[in-house]
Amino acid sequence: MEILVILVPLALMLGGAGLVAFLWSLRSGQYDDLDGAAWRAIADDEPPQEAPAKR
Amino acid sequence: MQVTRDFSHYVRDAGEGVQHIDLAVEGVHCAGCMAKIERGLSAIPDVTLARVNLTDRRVALEWKAGTLDPGRFIDRLEELGYKAYPFETESAEVAEVAESRFLLRCLGVAAFATMNVMMLSIPVWSGNVSDMLPEQRDFFHWLSALIALPAAAYAGQPFFRSAWRALSAKTTNMDVPISIGVILALGMSVVETIHHAEHAYFDAAIMLLTFLLVGRFLDQNMRRRTRAVAGNLAALKAETAAKFVGPDEISQVPVAAIHPGDIVLLRPGERCAVDGTVIEGRSEIDQSLITGETLYVTAEQGTPVYAGSMNISGTLRVRVSAASEATLLAEITRLLDNALQARSRYMRLADRASRLYAPVVHATALITILGWVIAGASWHDAIVTGVAVLIITCPCALGLAIPTVQTIASGAMFKSGVLLNSGDAIERLAEADHVIFDKTGTLTLPDLEVMNAADIPADIFELAGRLALSSHHPVAAAVAQAAGAKSPVVGAVEEAGQGVRAIVDGVELRLGRPSFCGAEALVGSAMVDPEASIVAFSKGSERFVLSVRQGLRPDAQAVIAALKARNVGIEILSGDREPAVKAAAHALEIPEWRAGVTPADKIARIEELKQRGAKVLMVGDGMNDAPSLAAAHVSMSPISAAHLSQATADLVFLGRPLAPVVAAIDASRKALHLMRQNLWLAIGYNVLAVPVAISGVVTPLIAAAAMSGSSILVMLNSLRARSASRETV
Repeated sequence: MEILVILVPLALMLGGAGLVAFLWSLRSGQYDDLDGAAWRAIADDEPPQEAPAKR
Repeated sequence: MQVTRDFSHYVRDAGEGVQHIDLAVEGVHCAGCMAKIERGLSAIPDVTLARVNLTDRRVALEWKAGTLDPGRFIDRLEELGYKAYPFETESAEVAEVAESRFLLRCLGVAAFATMNVMMLSIPVWSGNVSDMLPEQRDFFHWLSALIALPAAAYAGQPFFRSAWRALSAKTTNMDVPISIGVILALGMSVVETIHHAEHAYFDAAIMLLTFLLVGRFLDQNMRRRTRAVAGNLAALKAETAAKFVGPDEISQVPVAAIHPGDIVLLRPGERCAVDGTVIEGRSEIDQSLITGETLYVTAEQGTPVYAGSMNISGTLRVRVSAASEATLLAEITRLLDNALQARSRYMRLADRASRLYAPVVHATALITILGWVIAGASWHDAIVTGVAVLIITCPCALGLAIPTVQTIASGAMFKSGVLLNSGDAIERLAEADHVIFDKTGTLTLPDLEVMNAADIPADIFELAGRLALSSHHPVAAAVAQAAGAKSPVVGAVEEAGQGVRAIVDGVELRLGRPSFCGAEALVGSAMVDPEASIVAFSKGSERFVLSVRQGLRPDAQAVIAALKARNVGIEILSGDREPAVKAAAHALEIPEWRAGVTPADKIARIEELKQRGAKVLMVGDGMNDAPSLAAAHVSMSPISAAHLSQATADLVFLGRPLAPVVAAIDASRKALHLMRQNLWLAIGYNVLAVPVAISGVVTPLIAAAAMSGSSILVMLNSLRARSASRETV
């Protein structure tokens, strides 16, 4: 059962890291535009040089 | 005269030599728009940031100070095909955003604590039925306390504060039983842990907070979203005025930057954005948005004009006055204040439920304690059982029952073109059984239409439309729009207050007053419509008359029929003249109507209906409707409404059709039904759980399972509000 001495603090630290990451993401405004973020994930980085002809 | 655009009011210093502006943009819908706008704006040299917010339909821009004029961004967006307006965040919206973030932080902390406490609780639960040592159990309990206590102190703030406010005001609300439940559960758990007891309820207490915070956050987020939309709408209305900055130099500035004493120019076809007095010029003005009266009023030196009036024929110079000086507005404001006070007495469904719920629960817990003591149990065991009753009955599902439905129903209403201004509007709208419509701008469309276009030969009508393009007069603008005219007639001359004339292929064309076109003879015979403006068109010796008026909304008749089918009483209260109101009432088959009604009369009528027990839905747009919008049980405004009315109304609907009124009523009725169902689910569930708690066999495991089970059940039931009935009218 001595393993608890390592495992419990480890689990808490991991959980705490998650909480800190969440608070940081909140502060940096990552939840301000949820609709836009969904699209940005699949947006192309660079536009093609010439727009394709209208269908 | 030189006109410049001045955006300095909206530009903010973002530090390090960078300036910032927020623009509200119309027509951004997809990822394609987002990428197009961001690339288009980033291509301008010296722009350091261009980021679209798709949720709020806004663009944030930053650039090196002093290098660019903000007007250039708006022009660039125009080239890309988007209309953009500078935008100023209202203080109310800032507060909502801050509150929303605070709740999300609380939710993050509570969720973190719940997960970790649960991780420690599950070994204890399984250990209690196997071979766990008491020392190990205590160690786990202490660790749970270490996580749960600070987390609850932080994440419980929204509830503790609200409960304290309610208690200070000697009332109760939902947060009082929540706070008592959480504090007692935590306190008892600490005492139990000190005494090496088998059960501690840290997990139940912190999980309760997490679930409740989800409900609270959803509620808040809905309000934040509404505020953002309302803020954009204010910006899209682009309330600017042409202010004199020199003897003949004009700057187009936002209304917020205009002060009493300034002089503004009001051109024909412009809507006045300020209150003031005419100091120079002569014109006709349309005050229908303020008084509901559709006849034009003559304005000359000394005439007061109010924000929302439309200038029709001549150019006016207006000296801006403070709003309080205007007698009409002062009167409306006074009525509005009274009415708003009355409305704040409405008690939300959730508070009504908790007012019944809290005493029952607390009495049950007390009786449990006394019962066990009388039955011979020790005080310690009796109190533990009593607290277990409180924990199991803590209104977890009750806290989720209403916000979840509200969030989903408001999303469904948003899709059918209705925006919510206040959170409890859904409950109140669902109760409405009598609808009062204003006529001008509500049953009718705010813009003018040509009524007899079908009687005029198409080529003549098109020519009239092209000629009309050269005039600023709103009636001419309506003709031009109806004819779909694109290119103006070359060499057209406007004669102020008369009309426009031009010579095409050697034939003289005239459009304007009947006398200007020599068509007086035609007017008397054809036109009996009291509301219409008559405009004549002559081509050589041919004469035509066009009748231009505010048409009924395209689906008004169907909407009235749909409301009647729902057994809702309908009437018209209008500030307009009797013939005009009578005609509209007749066309829509509404037997009850009153004309020439003042704002005070409208309130009196609503009070009268209230006395009879009717729940009144007021639908109106004018400034004269604002007090009655506030006095009614629930109110709606079209998006074209006066600013004051829109701010007062509980719901705002978009677009030309009137159908959103019916859609909103249907959606809210369904939502109220689901809210009630949820409350019954939550209560019925408690009825099952309470005997278990009273009997004293509840373990933390049972409490946790019961709590999450009921919450999930309520959330799933709420999702049914999504399938809001599609058949509206």
